[in-house]
Amino acid sequence: MEKSTWTTKAGLAQMLKGGVIMDVVTAEQAKIAEEAGAVAVMALERVPADIRAQGGVARMSDPELIVRIKESVTIPVMAKARIGHFVEAQIIESLGIDYIDESEVLTPADEEHHINKHNFKIPFVCGCRNLGEALRRIAEGAAMLRTKGEAGTGNVVEAVRHARTVNGEIRRLQNMNADELFSAAKNLQAPYELVRQVAELGRLPVVNFAAGGIATPADAALMMQLGVDGVFVGSGIFKSGDPARRARAIVEATTHYNDPEIIAEVSKGLGEAMVGINIGDIPHEQLMAGRGW
Amino acid sequence: MTVGVLALQGDFREHAVMLHRIGAEVCEVRLPRHLAQVERLIIPGGESTTIGKLLAIYRLIEPIRERVAQGMPLWGTCAGAILLSRRITDGRDEQPTLGLMDLTARRNAFGSQLDSFEADLMIDAIGEAPHHAVFIRAPILEQPGPKVQVLARLADGAIVAAQQAHLLATCFHPELTRDERVHRYFLEL
Repeated sequence: MEKSTWTTKAGLAQMLKGGVIMDVVTAEQAKIAEEAGAVAVMALERVPADIRAQGGVARMSDPELIVRIKESVTIPVMAKARIGHFVEAQIIESLGIDYIDESEVLTPADEEHHINKHNFKIPFVCGCRNLGEALRRIAEGAAMLRTKGEAGTGNVVEAVRHARTVNGEIRRLQNMNADELFSAAKNLQAPYELVRQVAELGRLPVVNFAAGGIATPADAALMMQLGVDGVFVGSGIFKSGDPARRARAIVEATTHYNDPEIIAEVSKGLGEAMVGINIGDIPHEQLMAGRGW
Repeated sequence: MTVGVLALQGDFREHAVMLHRIGAEVCEVRLPRHLAQVERLIIPGGESTTIGKLLAIYRLIEPIRERVAQGMPLWGTCAGAILLSRRITDGRDEQPTLGLMDLTARRNAFGSQLDSFEADLMIDAIGEAPHHAVFIRAPILEQPGPKVQVLARLADGAIVAAQQAHLLATCFHPELTRDERVHRYFLEL
């Protein structure tokens, strides 16, 4: 019997596909998320919208909170560590939860190195804006990816940009011959072996969700139609008027993403969506997606 | 033969890929009307609470039970095995289930993701060579009723595959491996 193999790490992400992973800050919210049909919850002290509003350094959540949330649900629980902060990751791993998000939503702890995720038994999900970034994270051991979007904005535009970028770059690789793939690897700043694999598969070798700015059932279905495997919803649920209903509606829209009649039905009378922010109104240094490389 | 794969959530694509490879037609099932097009159904791995909820919302539970009563073969992997079981422990009280096999599924029986594992498994029904089984936050099956045939156990005796007439439950994921034998076995049920 072998535990924590690559197959089990990447395999859990396979089981999450077609699902919605929701940010929660209390055990009560976690139960609402599970009841609404979330496939997993992300245990946090503050949702990205509050991190953005309050400023300061954002760190790993209190382990006590993470454990309390873990005990309140039967679905997988994820928690965030700062980029490069491998001790936060060690702490989260010791709590016996299911996945670590090495996340740009928190303030990076290392401006040069991401966590060497091969050193861990617990699987990691990491953010990406483009194919090169995605493949660098996989090379470091990430078993799942998510496009970054711009967290805490309720604005899907960056999530769309990043998903389209990754998919467009994959399609370009598929049209290259063997000679061109070497130079593509150089330009992407990604390992050649992974570049060759992506060209052959026509997709990333791990599951890729969308994140950052998804606030409505239509946003979730949009990302699914753009070809992601599932969605993270952060501030979009518990910063809205009726979280339980919105959560369930987003779950249903993610399953039936190709069925406009169902998406219309579940979108009716959901109440206030979270207040959105235009990306252009955010000072450049406060953009989260640019953290990590 | 058209095999339906319940596509509400989970690794339904991996099942579809495996089925294509062994020459079956595949139809994704999300709504009751899709059920009419299939001769068999697979419920994939995923989150049993999520899939159960969507089964209930989209009124699939009764139509699936009816088709099974008429003889449609049905196979559940992991979350699917939980949904096939009549009883669930360590789940949510109100968790919807199909409740078709006389079994108790113990959810997350091995612990968290850190206890997910791979192991070689002897399954006589598919041949002598062991199946390299992948267990991800897997359940185990307990209290099999008299009509249930145990197909595989772990070294410690835990039941991880079972059959009741044309119903099949596996706690592991053949769809994540290259071993086609469990899928072929299901197509012959």
